[in-house]
Amino acid sequence: MPITTAEVEHVALLARLKLTPEEKAAYTGQLNAILEYMDKLNALDTTDVEPTAHVLPLRNVFRDDVARPGLPREKALAGAPAASEGQFKVPRVV
Amino acid sequence: MEYEAVIGLEVHVELKTNAKAFCGCTTAFGGEPNTHVCPVCLGLPGVLPVINRQVVEFGLKTALALNCQVAPFCKFDRKNYYYPDLPKNYQISQYDLPLARGGHLKITVDGEERVIGITRVHMEEDAGKLIHVDGPDGGYSLVDYNRTGVPLLEIVSEPDLRSPAEARAYMEKLRTILQYLDVSDCKMEEGSLRCDANVSVRPRGSQSFGTKTEVKNLNSFRSLQRALEYEIERQVAILESGGRVEQATMAWDENRGVTYVMRTKEEAQDYRYFPDPDLVPLEIDAAWIERVRRELPELPDARCRRLIDDYGLPAYDAGVITSSRDLADYFDRVVALYPDAKTVSNWIMGDFLRLLNAGNLEPGQSPVPPEEMASLLQLQKEGTISGKIAKQVLEEMFATGKGARQIVEEKGLVQISDAAALTQIVEEVLAANPGVVEDYRNGKDKALGFLVGQVMKATRGKANPGLVNRLLKERL
Ligand SMILES: [Zn+2]
Repeated sequence: MPITTAEVEHVALLARLKLTPEEKAAYTGQLNAILEYMDKLNALDTTDVEPTAHVLPLRNVFRDDVARPGLPREKALAGAPAASEGQFKVPRVV
Repeated sequence: MEYEAVIGLEVHVELKTNAKAFCGCTTAFGGEPNTHVCPVCLGLPGVLPVINRQVVEFGLKTALALNCQVAPFCKFDRKNYYYPDLPKNYQISQYDLPLARGGHLKITVDGEERVIGITRVHMEEDAGKLIHVDGPDGGYSLVDYNRTGVPLLEIVSEPDLRSPAEARAYMEKLRTILQYLDVSDCKMEEGSLRCDANVSVRPRGSQSFGTKTEVKNLNSFRSLQRALEYEIERQVAILESGGRVEQATMAWDENRGVTYVMRTKEEAQDYRYFPDPDLVPLEIDAAWIERVRRELPELPDARCRRLIDDYGLPAYDAGVITSSRDLADYFDRVVALYPDAKTVSNWIMGDFLRLLNAGNLEPGQSPVPPEEMASLLQLQKEGTISGKIAKQVLEEMFATGKGARQIVEEKGLVQISDAAALTQIVEEVLAANPGVVEDYRNGKDKALGFLVGQVMKATRGKANPGLVNRLLKERL
């Protein structure tokens, strides 16, 4: 089922992306190309193939429950576009 | 038409690990903003989260205590949303393969026991805290990421609850179980135990579900009950006037006592879950599950049964005492020293809990250790003090932290059981109340109680009531 422009607009809204009409058209085309490839994969018989939860053959990797110092606050805030009172300052969204 | 409510609860529990779920930052409360953070929980590029083993252990304990089936294989997923309480733009959670499913717990409301299903238990991370500041251009928000990445369990019930009282009982029972397991502080006011409710109404007897709303912001047992009562009434009123309930996410406003719409279905979140490639899956084998099962403490229902069977306590008493693990421990320690269980239970459920509540204390914070409670009861049993004085002494013990014997000695509260010492007072009381004496002689038995009271008053409660009775009767 091909992707419509409306669906691209919905995903763009969820991702907080502002797209021009040209970009919407371009992404609609690109997403459809990707999904067509999925259709090719769907044609394969995967009855005996386990679903992949992870590409590495690793299981049960844990850390111990030990607290240790993190970043000094100046460093934590160093990459923030804006900070105030020791906190990250962001545009108000509600 | 008569309606019934259909309620399911989603409960979030902050686990009391030392470190966060996926990094080594402390989970301690109350640090300066952004001082319990590191590259992992700030979501800086290039970092890798690794799950804290204790989170899984606590999750397993909880799942087993709630009679769930633990999944032999589970994984973490990313729940994507754009809100700055999480710096990564996604929350690490579990979606289609949660830690455990299919459990239940039992509640008792109005003497009726009900089994409430538990759909699932999964692990996820907590979010940070935003403070909104008004100002030009819509103002701004300040973000503190100290709580970001603190481990949570989400426990989802089946829509089995039928009234606000049942929802509250479920929440209280769940908290009690979590306290017994010692996996969380369970402080609703600090946010370590939180609750969202899904609620709909339908004509009583109907098998289909009505349109539900989700109510958030339920930060106390009282808000949970009040918000549900309000929301059920609101939905019934809509249906009665011929309208339709609209699916929505609501918030509870505690001050105004109303629910209000946060967002409707049209704006519903679309979280686009997918497996988190940074975290490898978990395989939990039977040996691990069995080990955790063996290590489970005695749980509230079993302990309640034991108090009924071993001590012959009424079910009501046993229920109150086992509603808190600390209270049940306290009871056990007092009974070990003073083996009259019903007397201990009466004191604990009465004056002890009253004084704790008055001081805003939890049972674990009692200023009166169990040994001193036992010695107070012993003093009363020996006849050294009367029951009335014992109550005063307990208050004094709460206020000062002093021992029972010390207070009795210091304040001269020893019961007067010496007939010679009481005789004079008895005779004075008789002389001062000729009318009452006359009433008694004319068959008014109640008059005796008045005379006993007068003697007790004259001795400031210290007279042995049995002896006073005898002395009075001898003279009447
Ligand atoms: Zn961290």
